Amino acid sequence: MRDVAIVSFAQSEPHQRSVEKLNEVEMLMPVTRAALDQLDLTIQDIGFTCSGSTDYLAGTAFSFVSTLDGVGPWPPIQESHVEMDGAWALYEAWVKLQLGEIDTAFVYAYSKSSPGDLPIVLTRQLDPYTAGPLWPDSVSIAALQAQAALDAGVVTREAMAEVAARSRRDALANNPHAQLRFDRSAAEVAAEPDHIGVLRRSDCPPITDGAAAMVLAAGDRARELSDRPAWIRGIDHRIDPMAIGLRDLTDVPSARTAAAKAGVGDAPVDVWELHAPFTHNELLLRRALGVPDDAVVNPSGGALSANPMLTAGLLRFGEAAARISSGQANRAVAHATQGPALQQNLVAVLEGDA
Amino acid sequence: MTDAAPIPATPTVVLPARLQGVEPVLSVRTPARLDYDFTAGRSTSAFLRGMLEKKIIGEACPICHKVYAPSRGACPSHGVPTEGHIELAQQGVVVSFCVVNVAFHGSVMEIPYVSALIQLEGADMFLMHLLQEIKADEVRVGQWVEAVWVDDADLAPTLESVKYFRPIERPDATVDEAGHVLAWGGAA
Repeated sequence: MRDVAIVSFAQSEPHQRSVEKLNEVEMLMPVTRAALDQLDLTIQDIGFTCSGSTDYLAGTAFSFVSTLDGVGPWPPIQESHVEMDGAWALYEAWVKLQLGEIDTAFVYAYSKSSPGDLPIVLTRQLDPYTAGPLWPDSVSIAALQAQAALDAGVVTREAMAEVAARSRRDALANNPHAQLRFDRSAAEVAAEPDHIGVLRRSDCPPITDGAAAMVLAAGDRARELSDRPAWIRGIDHRIDPMAIGLRDLTDVPSARTAAAKAGVGDAPVDVWELHAPFTHNELLLRRALGVPDDAVVNPSGGALSANPMLTAGLLRFGEAAARISSGQANRAVAHATQGPALQQNLVAVLEGDA
Repeated sequence: MTDAAPIPATPTVVLPARLQGVEPVLSVRTPARLDYDFTAGRSTSAFLRGMLEKKIIGEACPICHKVYAPSRGACPSHGVPTEGHIELAQQGVVVSFCVVNVAFHGSVMEIPYVSALIQLEGADMFLMHLLQEIKADEVRVGQWVEAVWVDDADLAPTLESVKYFRPIERPDATVDEAGHVLAWGGAA
């Protein structure tokens, strides 16, 4: 296995509810530029570029082609796109680096989640024959999962309120890029009325427009570019069945398998960045991944504090890598999810040089 | 190469009695509609606002000085924001065209009609628009054309404010020139 590391990371400053004046490429360009400028590189120095986004969010056909203009793809570059969170674009870039023909890769993700009715737009990721025609919005599906988890006794309303309060408080303390940053106690969250099903507003993520970008590099090239690369020591992704009725919503077996394959349990973890858009998602992932009770989870505030669709997973990688590169952590877990109710999961272990 | 595993027999599915003999579903129609608040963006908005004043507004790359109209905001050669507020000529050269002979659902055009890629004088990209006031079989690459606007009362922030392009009296550009920046004596 070839050593591959994250060597730069940039994100929107800050992520916001709605970027009203700019189109997607105009919103993205400062972020892609910053990720390259940190290393004094241009796109022509990069071996492979991969992005994650979906045109359904802004409602613009081939928006992912227009946004590619923002990185300067002429003369032609080696490039690919995934209709997935940018964490899967990172995975594709990691595979490409494993082949050994290139030493650097550029990964970015972005979304304007605000132009449509987001929970309704997300129904289009469901199967088009039986679930899709019912238009079950994404928050309602999350509420079904929360209800199932409460009924099974694997989460509590109090623990969900704690996650909501802690995430926004950590964003206030640690993350100037976050959208929701405030100190509101778990007791205040617990006193909120139910919003959709058993979910209170604070149990839900914000709707966010934003972007993230990073450079990956292999071996000695990574050491040239960074004083302290965040090495990807293990990475794996797995998928549970698409049909919501075909799986136990109170468990996340695909995340558990991916974590085992990535080697999460081989050594203690300093920091966990879990892509958990809803509060009960974090609690289910903690169980599936075996996160200790006293672990440091989402010090960035996580997706509950800034949730640009198809970007919030890549942000977990960036935040985890930043903690390693700054020396605050030496072993981190980055996780991304996609699909309804934690259907698809990607887990990686990042490490600094000891 | 090892032998492939034998293909398992298809399991027999026994439907409940009340579903036996019902007509199988061969297809379903599941109509979908999504509404969006579209943001044209800073650069394209300048172009669209220009339409209200019968102006074709472009922006240029600060590095290679190529002019894009409409600009979507980025120079694909350099990955930087385009800038400036450049009013382009309303005349240009036909770079490529298509004679449409087949009616399609939703089209309001009488066939045959001509759709053309037009390179406006001073621009480094092509605009697609209709060619009218000419027979379809007389359109040619290199022909000079000009914009014809809708009535002032109908001007709106849309490319449809240009009703169509029509030929003008000016010697054709050569096929080699059409579509090349050098035709304008501009930057290579």
